[in-house]
Amino acid sequence: MSSLNINVHHVTRVEGHGNILVNATDGKLEEVRWEVPESPRLFEAMFRGRHYSDVQHIASRICGICSIAHSTASLHASEAALGVGVSSQTRLIRKLLFNAEVLESHVLHACCLAAPDFLGAPSVLPLVDTHKDVVVKVMSLKRLAYKLAEVLAGRKTHPISCIVGGFSMLPDLEKLEMIRDAMIDSLADYEEIVGLFKSLAGAIPSFDRETEYIALKDPNEYAFISGDIASSDAGIVPIDEYLSVTNEFCVPHSTAKYTKNKRDAYQVGALARFNLNHEQLLPKAKDAAVELGLKAPCHNPYMITIAQVVEAVHATEDSINLINTLLETGVAEEPEITEITAGRGVGAVEAPRGILFHEYTYGAEGILEKANCVIPTNQNHNNIQKDMEALVPTMLDRSEDDIRFALEMLVRAYDPCISCSTHMLQVRFNRAAS
Amino acid sequence: MKPKVAFFDFTCCEGCQLDTLNIEGQDLVDLVAAIDIVEFREIHTGKAEHYDIAFVEGSITTESGIERVKDIRARSDMLIALGACAHIGGINCLKNHLEMDEALEIVYGEDAKYYDTIPARPVSAVVPVDFAVPGCPINTAELLRIIKDILLGKTPELPNYPVCVECKMAGNVCVFEQGKTCLGPVIRGGCNAICVSAGRQCWGCRGLVDDPNINSQMDVLKKYGLTVDQVIEKFKIYNTYSEVAK
Repeated sequence: MSSLNINVHHVTRVEGHGNILVNATDGKLEEVRWEVPESPRLFEAMFRGRHYSDVQHIASRICGICSIAHSTASLHASEAALGVGVSSQTRLIRKLLFNAEVLESHVLHACCLAAPDFLGAPSVLPLVDTHKDVVVKVMSLKRLAYKLAEVLAGRKTHPISCIVGGFSMLPDLEKLEMIRDAMIDSLADYEEIVGLFKSLAGAIPSFDRETEYIALKDPNEYAFISGDIASSDAGIVPIDEYLSVTNEFCVPHSTAKYTKNKRDAYQVGALARFNLNHEQLLPKAKDAAVELGLKAPCHNPYMITIAQVVEAVHATEDSINLINTLLETGVAEEPEITEITAGRGVGAVEAPRGILFHEYTYGAEGILEKANCVIPTNQNHNNIQKDMEALVPTMLDRSEDDIRFALEMLVRAYDPCISCSTHMLQVRFNRAAS
Repeated sequence: MKPKVAFFDFTCCEGCQLDTLNIEGQDLVDLVAAIDIVEFREIHTGKAEHYDIAFVEGSITTESGIERVKDIRARSDMLIALGACAHIGGINCLKNHLEMDEALEIVYGEDAKYYDTIPARPVSAVVPVDFAVPGCPINTAELLRIIKDILLGKTPELPNYPVCVECKMAGNVCVFEQGKTCLGPVIRGGCNAICVSAGRQCWGCRGLVDDPNINSQMDVLKKYGLTVDQVIEKFKIYNTYSEVAK
C-alpha cells in the first residue's frame, strides 16, 4: 500500500499555533509528532525587576482567554512570597471571578470551537445560519460571563481591579443581583446545551488510553483556586513542591516545554478534575454528567469537552450560591496592604484547561527577582503526543482525511491554549508511494 | 460582493481576537452577514488568497514572522493592526530591555539554543499599516465603529485627546491625588478611563496622543513630587518601542 504523509500546519480553532506530522510507509507508522512552534514570549524574563503592583497586570497578558487564571495564580504567588493574607470576602470574590472565566472559556470551547467538529462544520460561523437559536443562546451565555467579570473586576479579558491583597474596586450588589437572576434563568439554556451534546454523542470517537491525571484537590469543594496537587497515581503533594510533579524538559521541535511525572506523560484539565473530584460537583452538574454518560474514571480524551459542559453547569450553580452569600453579608471596603516581606511563593489554580503554577521570588522593596510559570497546555503536550502514538496505528487503513480529522479533533479536545504555553498546531502527512 | 475579511495572529495573547467574538449578539450576527470571514484560525477552518481587509494581531518577534506579515500585506488591500501588540509593540517589547540571548537563557536555560527570537516590534515597523485599533485589549465598541466606517467607505478616526478627558467625565478622583503615578495625561483616550474607574491607573496601552503635552506632564509630576524615571518605568510596559522611551 502507499505510504502516509500528513502535515497539518497551524491547526485551526485552537488558541495559538501547533502542527501535526505523521509519517507512515507500507502501513507501518514511522513517526507521529506533535509540534509546538509558537514564538517564545519570554514572560519569565519580562517579570524581572518589576514591582509587585505591576506583576499581575503583566501576567494577565500571558493569555487572553485565561487572563483571570493567570491573574489569580500570579496574585497567589505574590501574596505567598510577600507574606500578605487576604480576607474571606476577597477569597469569595476571587472564586466568583474565576467562575466567570471557567464559564466563558468552557462555553467558547465546547460550543464554538469543538461542537463544529461534531456537526461537520468548519466553524461556528456557518452555524449562525443553520443553528441560529443555539448560537444566539451560546453568545448570550458568553456575554453573561463577561458581564459577571465586568462587575467584579472591570473587564473579563485582562481583569483590572484584582490586586495583591484584594480588590481596588468593590462590586455593585444591585448589578450582581441582576446577574444572579440571569444565571438562574441560564440553567435552562445549559439543560438545552446538555441535550445538544447528548444528541451528538455518536460523533465522539471511542478511544481510551489511561494516563496519570493531575489536578488541584480541596477537601471542602470542587477545587479551582485552592487545595493541593492530587495525582491519580501518586496521591497528594503540596503546591510548594510543584516542580517535583511537573519535571519540565525541552524538546527541539517545540518552543513549549514538556512535562512528565509518574508515567511517560500526564493529563490536566476538565477531565482530570472530573476524574479526581467528581464527588464534589454540585447537584445539577452531577445530573448533567449522568445525562451525558460521563463516569469516573474516564480515559477517553475526546470526553474533555463533555467534562467542560458539566463544569459549566457546576460553575453556574456555584456562582448563584456565591452571589447569594455576598448579597446576604454585603461587601466592605478593605485597607490597601502596607507591609511586605521578601521571599519565595507559589500560586496554583485550575485554569479552564488545567493546573497552572506561578512561582515568584521577591527581594527587598517588593521587586521581583525570579519567576517561573508552568502552563496547563504545556503539561498536556506530552500526553497529546502519547495519545497520537496510540491512536494513529489503529487508523492506518483509513483515509488521510479521516486521520487528519481525528488528530485535529483530538488536539482541539484538549482545548490547547498555545499562546499561553507561550508557544503550538499544523498536521503534515508524509505518505510516500512505495 | 461582500468584503473578504481575515484575522491573523502573531506574538500575543489572542485576547483581542477573543474580544472580537464578544461583540454583542445581534451586532455580531449583522456583522457576520455584512462581511465574508475567509480566515480566522482561532475559530474557523479555511484559507484564502486575497483579502479586502486583513486584521493583524500581535507583535513581530521572529524572522519567520517578518516574512509572514510581508506576505499577508502583499495579499491585502487594507491592513489593520488589532490591539496594542500590533499597534505599538505592546507588552512583548518588555523583553527588548534584555539581550535576546540573555532573555532566552532565563526561560529555557541550556536549551536556549533551540529558539529563534528577535526584539519585539509593532507591525508598522515591518510593513505599512492602514489603520490601528488600539488597546490592551481592544474596546469592542470602538472596533465595531471602525469596521462600520470602513464598510461605509469612510476613514475611521481615533480620539485625539488624552485619557484624562474621559476620566474627568467619569467622575474619578485623580490618581496623582492618591499619590500614585498615571499615564493618563499623555495617552490617547477612547477607553473611557476604564482602568482608573476600576481603581487602578492608566498603563498607557493605547499609545501616545498625536501631540502629547510633555511639558504639562512634567508640571504634574513636579506638583506631586514624582520623578520622570518613575513614569518612564510604567510607560515602558506598553510603549518600550516608542521614541519617548528611548
